[in-house]
Amino acid sequence: MSVVLVDAGGTNIGSVRYALQRLGVDAALTSDAASIRAADKVILPGVGAASPGMARLRELGLVDLLRSLTQPVLGVCLGMQLLCKHSEEGDTECLGLIPASVRRFAEAPGLRIPHMGWNRLVAQQSHPLLAGLSADDQAYFVHSYAVPVGDYSLATTDYGGEFSAVIARDNFHGMQFHPERSAAVGAKLLKNFLEL
Amino acid sequence: MLSRRIIPCLDVRDGKVVKGVRFRDHVVMGEIVELALRYRDEGADELVFYDITASPEGRSVDRAWVERVARVIDIPFCVAGGIRSVDDARAVLHAGADKISVNSPALERPGLIDELAAAFGVQCVVVGIDSLRDADGEWRVRQYTGDPTKTQALSRQTLRWMVEAQQRGAGEIVLNCMGSDGVRHGYDLEQLSAARAVCHVPLIASGGAGAAEHFRDAFAQADVDGALAASVFHSGLIAIPELKHYLHGQDVAVRL
Repeated sequence: MSVVLVDAGGTNIGSVRYALQRLGVDAALTSDAASIRAADKVILPGVGAASPGMARLRELGLVDLLRSLTQPVLGVCLGMQLLCKHSEEGDTECLGLIPASVRRFAEAPGLRIPHMGWNRLVAQQSHPLLAGLSADDQAYFVHSYAVPVGDYSLATTDYGGEFSAVIARDNFHGMQFHPERSAAVGAKLLKNFLEL
Repeated sequence: MLSRRIIPCLDVRDGKVVKGVRFRDHVVMGEIVELALRYRDEGADELVFYDITASPEGRSVDRAWVERVARVIDIPFCVAGGIRSVDDARAVLHAGADKISVNSPALERPGLIDELAAAFGVQCVVVGIDSLRDADGEWRVRQYTGDPTKTQALSRQTLRWMVEAQQRGAGEIVLNCMGSDGVRHGYDLEQLSAARAVCHVPLIASGGAGAAEHFRDAFAQADVDGALAASVFHSGLIAIPELKHYLHGQDVAVRL
């Protein structure tokens, strides 16, 4: 199986790559359109802000390519947010593959932003991506913007209200947390994606 | 609900994990990767590595061990020590660290925090603050604490610096209360509570853990997001699984 990591300049690429290696998969890091199109699985990682993230995809000429993919695609953290229609962060038009608008966490007393740390995943739908997920499973989050809950939400998390932790529409999937840094739970979910 | 984090801190000196008392007299505790794996297996929520001699020696973190850790570890980790520029930070993040922490270089040049936040986002940027109460009762910041011969007292007040650091783009603050560090009498709840009142990003307590109750008090009384400790974990005095079960029984949200 060939897995590619889209090199869109995010700093967590190395960590995602190592996590895949621990699962026995050597993923190539690439921004080459032909390699991405030919891969069995495509992962769009990303740490940083939405606007430079999209700018980088445009510079690399990957926007239309990513939209046209038919194999399983996984966006991680910012990568998941870029799959959505729009992000409030820098008023950025994103890839539009998931009908959602990314919003900043609303200010509330005692609610620290960024949402940083381990929090519970609550499955909302049965989906192969969530196979084996238990009620007490937690994942590691680091983000200030989030995808609201919608019919695309496979799992949600509560932080001053529910938001989407795992999303999917057709072949496009997203995880707001960092599976590469979520210990055994993260490894299980990454493995599920590789087996889609 | 967000879990409170238990964070073993590994002070790195010459490629080994060391620990001193009140920041002095360091003894070797073990190999970096070995200890990192042990804590991961025991349920640590995150790890912090301080290259404690990097800043006083004017060099940046040795990236080789950062990459070794990143390959084997599947929990988040933060690297601190001698990060003086966006390029230094990028190298450490690209080696696989999830966050970088700045302390002395940010005191020298506070604009570094703005630059790091702009380049990588606030979620990557941790500001470490070493703080000690002076004779006049005021908490003030210390610099170059990795080397006692180079440690400097600054006129900067701790709480003011904490506010400025957040305005500039700190996504998390680690407050190391030097007066309680290494002596195991408990976290400095007074200082942490004062810090909590002005800290609107995640706040991590550091310095003074000696018993499970100390962790509970830091979470329950000072409302910190995470608690960092070193010697009690390295020595085996406190085992993380027991600590977490104790905290769970005390109604502190933890990841079991």
